[in-house]
Amino acid sequence: MKATGRFVLLVIMVALVLVACTPQTPAAPIELRVLTHDSFAASEEVIRAFEQENNVKLTFLPSGDTGSALNQAILTKNAPLADVFYGVDNTFLSRALKEEIFEPYNSPLLAQIEDAFKLDPQNRALPVDYGDVCINYDKAYFAEKNLPLPQSLADLTKPEYKGLLVVENPATSSPGLAFLMATIAAFGEDGYLDFWRQLKANGVVVVNDWETAYYTNFSASSGRGPQPMVVSYGSSPPAEVIFAEQPLEEAPTASLVGENMCFRQIEFVGILKGTQQRALAEKFVDFMLDVRFQEDLPLQMFVFPVNRNAQLPEEFVRYAQIPAKPATLDPALIAEKREAWIEAWTQVVLR
Amino acid sequence: MNFFSTAPAARRSPEGQPPASAIWQALALWLAPLAFLIIFFFVPLGSILSVSARGLITDGLSPAAAERLGRALGFTFYQAALSTLLTVLVGLPGAYVFARFDFPAKRLLRLLSTLPFILPTVVVAAAFNALIGPRGWFNLLAMEWLNLPAPPFNLLNSLAAILLAHVFYNTTIILRVVGSAWEQLDPRLEAAARVLGASPWRAFREVTLPLLRPSLLAAALLVFLFDFTSFGVILLLGGARYATLEVEIYIQALHLLNLPLAGLLSLVQLLCTLLLTVVYTRVASRLNIPLTPRLHGEGAAAPVSLRQKLLVGGVVLVLFTLLVLPLTALAARSVARLEPARGQRGGFESGLTLDYYRELFVNRRGSLFYVPPIEAARNSLLYAGLTVGISLALGLPAAAALSRRSPLNRLLDPLLMLPLGASAVTLGLGFILTFNRPPLEARSFPLLIPIAHSLVAFPFVVRTLTPVLNSIPLNLRQAAAVLGASPLRVWLEVDLPILARAALVAAIFSFTISLGEFGATSFLARPEYPTLPVAIFRFISQPGGLNYGQALAMSTLLLLVCGLGIALLERVRLPEERSL
Repeated sequence: MKATGRFVLLVIMVALVLVACTPQTPAAPIELRVLTHDSFAASEEVIRAFEQENNVKLTFLPSGDTGSALNQAILTKNAPLADVFYGVDNTFLSRALKEEIFEPYNSPLLAQIEDAFKLDPQNRALPVDYGDVCINYDKAYFAEKNLPLPQSLADLTKPEYKGLLVVENPATSSPGLAFLMATIAAFGEDGYLDFWRQLKANGVVVVNDWETAYYTNFSASSGRGPQPMVVSYGSSPPAEVIFAEQPLEEAPTASLVGENMCFRQIEFVGILKGTQQRALAEKFVDFMLDVRFQEDLPLQMFVFPVNRNAQLPEEFVRYAQIPAKPATLDPALIAEKREAWIEAWTQVVLR
Repeated sequence: MNFFSTAPAARRSPEGQPPASAIWQALALWLAPLAFLIIFFFVPLGSILSVSARGLITDGLSPAAAERLGRALGFTFYQAALSTLLTVLVGLPGAYVFARFDFPAKRLLRLLSTLPFILPTVVVAAAFNALIGPRGWFNLLAMEWLNLPAPPFNLLNSLAAILLAHVFYNTTIILRVVGSAWEQLDPRLEAAARVLGASPWRAFREVTLPLLRPSLLAAALLVFLFDFTSFGVILLLGGARYATLEVEIYIQALHLLNLPLAGLLSLVQLLCTLLLTVVYTRVASRLNIPLTPRLHGEGAAAPVSLRQKLLVGGVVLVLFTLLVLPLTALAARSVARLEPARGQRGGFESGLTLDYYRELFVNRRGSLFYVPPIEAARNSLLYAGLTVGISLALGLPAAAALSRRSPLNRLLDPLLMLPLGASAVTLGLGFILTFNRPPLEARSFPLLIPIAHSLVAFPFVVRTLTPVLNSIPLNLRQAAAVLGASPLRVWLEVDLPILARAALVAAIFSFTISLGEFGATSFLARPEYPTLPVAIFRFISQPGGLNYGQALAMSTLLLLVCGLGIALLERVRLPEERSL
């Protein structure tokens, strides 16, 4: 009986202590909420400075990947979760605009941004950063085998590259979808499936996610996989240097940046319709487009700033390649055809 | 506490209809668990499904979508059935050996075999890759010893990898649930059958197996449902050619933004879960045989004969290879650079390093979202502790209610299992849609995360406790009542001691489910309170050797935290350790 009593008491006490220890939200005077994806990152110093200058408390709501975050913004558009949404990219842009989740904002900072990035003429979604999805290759492998680098996407179907490329499934992975778009831009809607048929015959490996492709299949990553080419980002080579186990003089990887070989992803920010903090939200959008935040972007999120006055960090200047002619597609066309393209691709490559 | 008011005479009254007071008591027991399920499961699920239903009614279902659905449904059943069969085949001998034999390091092996359950799939994929991947240790050694030009094993991205991972994840369910039932079986029954001339196989088939069937069936159902709703394993290890319903839901909801189809798929998955559970409930109700339980450990002895020694050794070896070796590969990889050299086919680099661990404590880039490891461990433990508390507080009355004869049970029992069949993606979106305003706002109500974890843990708790409660013979309770014990005392002195071991198993599962859960957390997570799986994901989603190493180091920390937690839980002194 005594032991039983003690057991019950222990359970109750543990429960009480746990309830008492539950974290409490500190009360903030003015709160601005930012809905974003899980990959969002920023320097604490930069964010705190904005908070102090504007007497605001920023609350970030990372909400899964881009699709998941956008879904949440759309589902709650009648009672918005946040004041600002950052992270919708050009592949999802049309959907976000069609659902009318954003309020237009003509930020004065837009003057410092190239027109090529401004995909919404009404400025409901404002460009923040861009990155190119490119094929990364294992420099040591190509040097050791004396293998010339592929100069175009079409080269990938040549026998000397048989079984050397791993790509992500466009149905489950954002870089995978971007690479599919690059092939559509390069070969046209009539030709891309033929290219994929040849690529399949040439032993292309398909996995579902970037993590597996990069860390399990790619030969130049820490996973030491079998394929020396992987669909990743143009900013992955500098990341390999910055996050190297031992200091590296040279990046172990590089990107193939020929014409139409990379697909350009642009990320946007917008003020969510129905916000009670319109003035603060505008200040935050300006802050994201201004030089200080723009210069913080590369080393935090491994993307490139759109503000032409922002300087790139040294690692990016040395190791990142920016394709001169990246592939692009009209966001409206992407919104219309995305599902059909993915379905057709699945039939050809996976079935 | 209403389940204390059990009037023994009212239970399982032989003449058909239970008295009206019993129905009220059953209702009282159901109150809290049902309220919980309605608020946190049926309402959010209903809200998201109604949104998708509206879309489906206006747009209809295309033939291509119908084909996807059919294909996914077929594969889901196929792989779940195969995986469950394999898991039972591996787990059952293990449960037997754990229940009937004492051997060195038994407790340690049992503890280690629970750990796979908590690991995020991304990390399991890395562990399997380190072991059986194209440049994993098995392949490297085989290439070195047999002088082969290419890796001989090619398991990744195949059905075999899916099955292997499911066995790796779920064997512990069979070991724990069936093992604890087996421990409480009276060994004299089997001995009597042997004395009467039955062969060991016949004694097992005709005496032991019928007595174990309720727990075995409950455990197999849990394993099947886990495999049925499997997501990460299929996505990361199976490769792009395989898709279960859950994977399709994820693709449709989050990548194609096709909520109507995602909703339909979730509904199909829920209906399958319901159907399975209904069938289970019908079968299980016919299997219960009340039996005086024996003391824990009474039937276990050291192996004597050579055959027994071989059996124990063999089972331990299989469990070690399947469940512990991948964990070891993971932990080893986080402290050692044992890997093939960059770009080369043979030869490896080696060296010991604590760099990854040291680096965990440094916020090198001054990031706003830097996760201090201690804090992540604390948050994870806090959520796990709350999950144990919530799921036991709700599971005990629900199991007590289920073990009574009541017309409600047949209706309610299958509903309790539904959270296991709900898609994490759908439910997560439902949470966002429903808990969108104060006071229950998803983003500022921190209890929602342990509540979401408890939804998954709750069916587990119920399924673990119910077979044990059902096995308690009525005459034990009646004897206690006749001797003058109050209903409370009967519950404390009869039910609780027998129940304690099962409750411990249930607590351990709730704890591990919460520690490893990532689906709901990624929807509801708030950066102020990161958990260990969230931190792991942050590292592994960026390129670079340090990120990879830190993800493995953080995973090893997760393993350690979980191992310590389970060890502590197992040390809680159980009331049954006294003599009956």
